[in-house]
Amino acid sequence: MTLAINRLSRRFADFRALDDVSLSIAPGEFIALLGPSGSGKTTLLRILAGLDFPDAGALDQDGRDLLRVSARDRGVGLVFQHYALFRHMTVFENVAFGLRVRKRARRPSKAEIADRVDKLLKRVQLDGMAQRYPSQLSGGQRQRVALARALAIEPELLLLDEPFGALDAQVRVALRRWLRHLHEEMGLTTVFVTHDQEEALELADRVVVMNRGRIEQVGTPDEIYQQPATPFVFEFIGKSNKVPVRIHGGRLQAGDQRFEADALEGLADGSAVAYVRPEHLALSTTPLENGWKATLRHVYLSGSVAHLELEVPGLGQTLEAELGGEEAQRRSLQSGMHVTVQPRHLTVFPLDGKSGEPDLARRRVVHPRYGQAALARWR
Amino acid sequence: MEAALPLQRSRFTARRLVHALLILAALAFLAVFLLLPLAAVFVEALRKGLGTYVAAVVHPEAIAAIKLTLLVAAIAVPLNTVFGVAAAWAMTRFDFRGKAVLGAIIDLPFSVSPVVSGLIYVLLFGAQGWFGPWLQEHDIKLIFAVPGLVLATIFVTLPFVARELIPLMQSQGSDEEEAARVLGASGWQIFFRVTLPNIRWALLYGVLLCNARAMGEFGAVSVVSGHIRGLTNTLPLHVEILYNDYNYAGAFAVASLLAFLALVTLGLKTFLEWRYGTELAARAGRGH
Repeated sequence: MTLAINRLSRRFADFRALDDVSLSIAPGEFIALLGPSGSGKTTLLRILAGLDFPDAGALDQDGRDLLRVSARDRGVGLVFQHYALFRHMTVFENVAFGLRVRKRARRPSKAEIADRVDKLLKRVQLDGMAQRYPSQLSGGQRQRVALARALAIEPELLLLDEPFGALDAQVRVALRRWLRHLHEEMGLTTVFVTHDQEEALELADRVVVMNRGRIEQVGTPDEIYQQPATPFVFEFIGKSNKVPVRIHGGRLQAGDQRFEADALEGLADGSAVAYVRPEHLALSTTPLENGWKATLRHVYLSGSVAHLELEVPGLGQTLEAELGGEEAQRRSLQSGMHVTVQPRHLTVFPLDGKSGEPDLARRRVVHPRYGQAALARWR
Repeated sequence: MEAALPLQRSRFTARRLVHALLILAALAFLAVFLLLPLAAVFVEALRKGLGTYVAAVVHPEAIAAIKLTLLVAAIAVPLNTVFGVAAAWAMTRFDFRGKAVLGAIIDLPFSVSPVVSGLIYVLLFGAQGWFGPWLQEHDIKLIFAVPGLVLATIFVTLPFVARELIPLMQSQGSDEEEAARVLGASGWQIFFRVTLPNIRWALLYGVLLCNARAMGEFGAVSVVSGHIRGLTNTLPLHVEILYNDYNYAGAFAVASLLAFLALVTLGLKTFLEWRYGTELAARAGRGH
């Protein structure tokens, strides 16, 4: 089942929920739609389910125009954020619903329905709960009933709206790994909406990062984290330091420091903004010529990781660095120490001369060259 | 400590005294304005003995009034039930222009005096009314006939079902209905298997109130009825006629039937609230 989403747009009054969104989903993929609220991810999911329709664009499933197919006939499995279980029906009746409402010719016999519901309840580990009502179940159990109900109609495409949003942290982690196994066992194609980056990065084959109705980046979790394509992705996913810089004669001027690097060849002189992740800042306690001079303001040890707050007078701002907790202790890093900070690599977006906005087309990843001597010293 | 105790105790007794007085005042108020009249209805009805009571109730004109009241309610209540469900559905499941206007129209009968609503029908359909000549030409009699009674009753009882359902359906949202649609259910299947079961107790409650009002309505019905004995007299109108004839025992006897209806409605209403309180709770914070 290949799903082709082609240039979808959707407006609600003067709010652009979706703005020219295109995406292709391959059979068997596990896709996360990740973004803040209002980014359009739920609107996209509802359009896939047939509960909403775009103002423009096309939606195609294996050559079938899905926009001409009503929600009723799409045969898509959908799990709602708050599950939307039928409150007046038992667990059994909830799961059987999709089979019971079929036209007589396609409706399985009573015994067959009972058999299939039993199997599904076993599959979601709810056997023995068949005669309970939704109000008698825990959050995790309700979510699994909603899943079994969606799976009863044997969908190829499973859609989940914030599937773990309403659950306790512990249940959440267990349930999402279980869901990933279920996806693989049943050969489903799954799309889920989330605002939780950890969830998206851990579960999905590919993550679609959305913002203001547009797709910012599509990629594997590793690509999304390691090579963010836009300033938004840098700021929304993981942590990052944002540093205003200037490009001057193929060099990067950041505060009182100049970095030499190959990647800058061909970029015109001008202002730019650079992003660097906290774990990509290297520290040296012996003063080095290359790198920002900084004062260590705070060391926060949180389990295996140490978060460092660095005051950099040359930049006029505070940077956040991260390193292993053990390493921080071994090097006895303490607040008040003077250190030299060297970014291992930065992602640079030159600012557009007219609008002053970051120019995504001229994005460069910059690996500054430091002197051999300096490199040798800080590991 | 020892000095403080008597003071606290006296404060405590004072507060209990205030409580008791307030409760007593409330009970006295209820007794004078509600229980006493209710009791008076039954006492007056039976004042001249059980024989007179039964005679008044089984009098042909009384029987005709009972039948007519039942007939009017049997037409008005189902129609308003269907309308109420449809209006609540439209108001809570769709966004459209003029939604606020529809909401105001549904409430209109609550804010208009019933006498006025009766008069409107006379002005529209009466002999001298807008459509009067046309109706006479086609030999259709609405005013001073049963259809007029039905129309006036429908108007007066229109809001009850819709007003009962709208807050509940609003709070329930449409997630379950959308879930049913994605699972392959048709519109009717969604309505009968998902929507209706979710609103059934509020619906029953609304129908109950609608029915009580339909059977007890006086003002609007009085204007369009014409008071033709045995033909266009409903129970409340029959009570008035008997009373004006100085037949007090008869008037109270027939009135006791209406009082009895009120008691049954109250009993059912209390039962529904007690049994399905949480499902009806969505109506809280509203009154009419």
